[in-house]
Amino acid sequence: MLTKIVRTVANQLILFIAIFGLYVIVHGHITPGGGFQGGAVIVGGVVMLLVAFNSQELKKSLRERVLSIVESSGALIFIILAFIGIGTVFFYNLLVGTPIFGRIPAIGPGPGDIWTGGVIPLMNFAVGLKVVAGLSAVVLALALFSGGEEVEE
Amino acid sequence: MRRVTGWIVLIVMVAFLVWGVTLVHPFGYPDVSDMDDYIIKNSQEETGSNNVVAAVLFDYRGFDTLGEATILFTAVTGVLLLLRASKRKKETS
Repeated sequence: MLTKIVRTVANQLILFIAIFGLYVIVHGHITPGGGFQGGAVIVGGVVMLLVAFNSQELKKSLRERVLSIVESSGALIFIILAFIGIGTVFFYNLLVGTPIFGRIPAIGPGPGDIWTGGVIPLMNFAVGLKVVAGLSAVVLALALFSGGEEVEE
Repeated sequence: MRRVTGWIVLIVMVAFLVWGVTLVHPFGYPDVSDMDDYIIKNSQEETGSNNVVAAVLFDYRGFDTLGEATILFTAVTGVLLLLRASKRKKETS
């Protein structure tokens, strides 16, 4: 557990880091980035909390069981989205042209529209969920395994 | 004797590698570019995504991404399994 200044700043900063990571995930089909990258950004924020607070302290709010469930559901959503297009081929993008994320952008470079991409934004979100939960669980498990013996004050 | 043999093998290997580097085609001009041209030309209307990299990652090569996600899942499972097992052993002993 670090000093009160570090803890307060980390508490304020985690919100912005989470928003930026969510932005990278949600705009994965328009701008560079995607589920893996945005998830890694959010896990960077979790590591910052882990440094600022104790691992025992963080364990109270991030439960290993919940993280496992979130990670598995992310993987399940990804595979279900892949199986949606099984009528044509595995991983067929069935949602292009439908009202859900189905708009087709103008050919060539241009400003992005978030309601495009078919299943790509949904898959990005599923992968992001998976990366955030999985890597958080790994980091937390490693921190707890190392004993959590930190210098008091 | 062994040292001389080692030097000879090293020189032959380095010469082979340098010869191989000289044969590489120039950067940015692939020999076969039909697939790249098709994806660059058609990805926007086929997948509706402005980001061609995302289109390749999640649509054209979705199976590869599934494997990537499986790797992550396996890694997380392995870490949690290992650390939990060792923790339990420490408690019982």
